[in-house]
Amino acid sequence: MALLEVKNLGISFGGLRAVNSFEISIEKEELYGLIGPNGAGKTTVFNLLTGVYQPDAGKIILDGTDITGRKTTEINRAGIARTFQNIRLFKQMSVLDNVKVGLHNKHPYSTIEGILRLPGYRKVEREMDEQAMELLKVFDLEKYAQTTASNLPYGQQRRLEIARAMATEPKLLLLDEPAAGMNPNETGELMDMIRFVREKFHVTVLLIEHDMKLVSGICERLTVLNFGEVLCQGATSDVLNDPQVITAYLGE
Amino acid sequence: MSEMQKKMSRNTKSNLITYGMVAAAFLIMQSLISMDRISYLVEGLMVPVCVYVIMAVSLNLVVGVLGELSLGHAGFMCVGAFTSAFFSKCMSDVITVAPLRFFLALLIGIASAAVFGLLIGIPVLRLKGDYLAIVTLAFGEIIKNLVNVLFIGKDSDGFHFSTEGAMSLNLKDDGMVILSGPQGITGTPRDSSFFVGFILIMVALFIVTNLINSRDGRAIMSIRDNRIAAESVGINVTKYKLMAFTISAAMAGAAGVLYSHNLSTLIATTNNFGYNQSIMILVFVVLGGIGNIRGSVIAAVVLTLLPEMLRGLSNYRMLIYAIVLIVMMLFNWAPKAIEWRERHFSFLKKKKEAVR
Repeated sequence: MALLEVKNLGISFGGLRAVNSFEISIEKEELYGLIGPNGAGKTTVFNLLTGVYQPDAGKIILDGTDITGRKTTEINRAGIARTFQNIRLFKQMSVLDNVKVGLHNKHPYSTIEGILRLPGYRKVEREMDEQAMELLKVFDLEKYAQTTASNLPYGQQRRLEIARAMATEPKLLLLDEPAAGMNPNETGELMDMIRFVREKFHVTVLLIEHDMKLVSGICERLTVLNFGEVLCQGATSDVLNDPQVITAYLGE
Repeated sequence: MSEMQKKMSRNTKSNLITYGMVAAAFLIMQSLISMDRISYLVEGLMVPVCVYVIMAVSLNLVVGVLGELSLGHAGFMCVGAFTSAFFSKCMSDVITVAPLRFFLALLIGIASAAVFGLLIGIPVLRLKGDYLAIVTLAFGEIIKNLVNVLFIGKDSDGFHFSTEGAMSLNLKDDGMVILSGPQGITGTPRDSSFFVGFILIMVALFIVTNLINSRDGRAIMSIRDNRIAAESVGINVTKYKLMAFTISAAMAGAAGVLYSHNLSTLIATTNNFGYNQSIMILVFVVLGGIGNIRGSVIAAVVLTLLPEMLRGLSNYRMLIYAIVLIVMMLFNWAPKAIEWRERHFSFLKKKKEAVR
């Protein structure tokens, strides 16, 4: 069975039907791309999947569980983590602490243990530090561990967002334009990193991207969105050669 | 994991410096007092200084760590002050051991302020920024005014309540008026002392600094930095906002207990529990550096003592006070001053970062 099954999803903002009967089915450990012109509703789909917006129609099923209408926090616990188009880090906190916030729910201890520094606090904090450092290593950020997040270079900020999302041990990772503002070199590194993360953590990835080199390079299947509706769906090479997609999005 | 050990020791070191500073200040003042080297006026200020330090630390938890603006913090202090004074006055004959009575009064003051914090927090923390500030401001004023119209008395039948006046309580001959509206509570046993204030400051510092450097503290700060991102990694925003707000209210309640047990007559006025007081405490927090716990302590001490120290200058007193405010503001926040500080006091900078 597919990891993510979305059926007939829709939402309106006032008179605008931002997303209409959106359907998608993503297999476990697939690398899936969501593309389309600006304003097509791609980020709105992400916001629907993560409970930022409540859909007015349709169903979202993650790994057999219906998560439609749940809150963002609950959806993250159910197994969806995301990054943002405009980077949203915990700016005044250190890089390490950003990741440790991601580890929050998986490594509990009580408030009292924390305030009194009981053994439980020390043990769990040590575990968290170890795991966080491991994750930072994967994203090549370990030397920035104590840097305040807002002082990181742009490319590293994007990576830190992915590291933070991965800290919640998601089944499905949503990346909203991960390569935005990156040069071709950085984009190349990012592609390798996304592939590596999928192999290492067995995570399924759904990404929004405008960079066609990245999309055609790593995505196995694509969905093209246009004016809030699915224009075309299928294997990457088929979709990119579809005449409809070329007219609507790619250009001749 | 040398990185984390470095960080842990830096945090611990920074906390130890704060504790050490407070302890040293206490010892110096205490020995000056016992050697009679200090004026009676300044000696009388020691407990209020402790009250304001606790208030500043507790408000910094809401303003600096949670990132929400509260203008009604004196309201929570008011709740703590009156509930505990009420208890102590009722029990002054029953429990004659002063430390035990004070300890129970402290628990009652803290608990009732925390309950108010929770009750106010549930609806109010859904609001943001200016709205939250206005509602908390209103809360502070309402509490103060409520106390001013409330009359409570006790006789062999139990408690009597009224909003009309002491006469309408219809007390029997053996009764006594405990809370007398605008006249407040008189005859509270004077159970607080400079030493008790010092202990309470240390406890408040311990709770806040340890909270900040724990899992819950990180969750609270993540909400301040980016609420949407915090939700996206599974942080229960409402829970942690309420937690920070309630702990802060509880600490303000403790400050209120300390305050009320230092006065034989407790009345609620604008200057002690109203808008002026809330703003004053906010000034301590802003000048000490938002989110900087040690800064709050220093600012509260300096700005509470300063007006008294300058009493000799009579008319120029408030002028100098204002100048000090401006200089502290510049020293803390002006880019040039920050640059200068980093060059000459780089060791201070590190500590500040760790506290944050």
